[in-house]
Amino acid sequence: MNFTKDSIKIDPAKEFEKISTKLRDDVTKKLKKRGAVVGISGGIDSSVVLAICAKTFGPERVVGVMLPENDSNPDSLELATKLAEKFNVKYIVENMTDALAGFGCYRRRDEAIKNVFPEYNNNYKAKITLPTNLLEKDLLNVFQLTIIAPDGSTKSERLPLKEYLQIVAASNFKQRSRMSMLYYHAESRNYAVIGTGNKNEHEQGFFVKYGDGGADIKPITHLFKTQVFQLAEYLEVPDEIRKRTPTTDTYSAEQTQEEFFYRVPFAILDTVWFGWENNVPVEKIAEALQLTKSNVEAIINDIQRKIRTTEYLRMEPL
Amino acid sequence: MSQISAVKEFIIENFLFGEEDQLKLDTDFFDQGIIDSTGVVELVSFLEETFNISIDDEELIPENLSSLKNIDVFLQKKLNHKVV
Repeated sequence: MNFTKDSIKIDPAKEFEKISTKLRDDVTKKLKKRGAVVGISGGIDSSVVLAICAKTFGPERVVGVMLPENDSNPDSLELATKLAEKFNVKYIVENMTDALAGFGCYRRRDEAIKNVFPEYNNNYKAKITLPTNLLEKDLLNVFQLTIIAPDGSTKSERLPLKEYLQIVAASNFKQRSRMSMLYYHAESRNYAVIGTGNKNEHEQGFFVKYGDGGADIKPITHLFKTQVFQLAEYLEVPDEIRKRTPTTDTYSAEQTQEEFFYRVPFAILDTVWFGWENNVPVEKIAEALQLTKSNVEAIINDIQRKIRTTEYLRMEPL
Repeated sequence: MSQISAVKEFIIENFLFGEEDQLKLDTDFFDQGIIDSTGVVELVSFLEETFNISIDDEELIPENLSSLKNIDVFLQKKLNHKVV
């Protein structure tokens, strides 16, 4: 195999046809549903899935649901609206803040943050991150908590176990309550819920079990993030969405997906992963990306560790 | 080897639920799926509390923490440094 950084590229027209044909069959013949509900965030993955659904079923059989909450970036709502309008799809805005407050999502999360930083209050922003310098050092995946004070100053600490678990468990109310709302809109129309996770998220476990991982069909879990971007261009997803840096939109402080989870830019991560999956020698991958062999090995190790340690997320109940 | 015995006991109790057979001195916790990212945090807390040491973020690398053998070398380094 002549391996280059372009080897990962797909033929978007063919890929769209393949996904669309299967999606139509799955929804109408297997699930016997009449249309599709997609949670839209203004991010690249949900935008591509909404566009695929609109082109597959016709816009009149698709509903886009926006699910903002207290910590959401207002840009997300604006971009998701633009997307729905572009594809002529009916959209609904469901603000999840009250439901999440009812679950104690914010209170439980803030209690854990205050255990680490007693000065933290509602005027602060917070996020949790992994070390992003994977190319420099193969650090283990241990989360840091960062708070940003109203004056912009930041403080970071490695998260102790109890607080880490509590922050993650509380934050996961967000994805799980969104899933419930999506199923409300789907069941009340006899539609299916279409998941928006890509291959990076699905295989490395960057999703919440029974949260954003809860859907009837997951049509893009075989596509790398960079391939999703390619499909977005082909489907004419609005420029502002395609040019936006992927974020988690889960914590109050701005947080890219790279710093939260992936640790290296997608263009590098995806190409290394694609090469590794296709048995391309490490030296060839390194040459194609102008990286060192040990850089590539560190990335492959990190991919393997994440796949292995998140198996339980993909398991059906035993 | 007394310090590493305490670590071994901790790993057997917490991650292997008493099944000692799976654990050799050079068993790689990560390759074997014995310890995940939550487990790393538990292991680090245990080492810091039990041996009264502070582990820097830069030290959270597989070479220091991926097996009983690596932890033993790492602990010796940390404890010697503490004495000096």
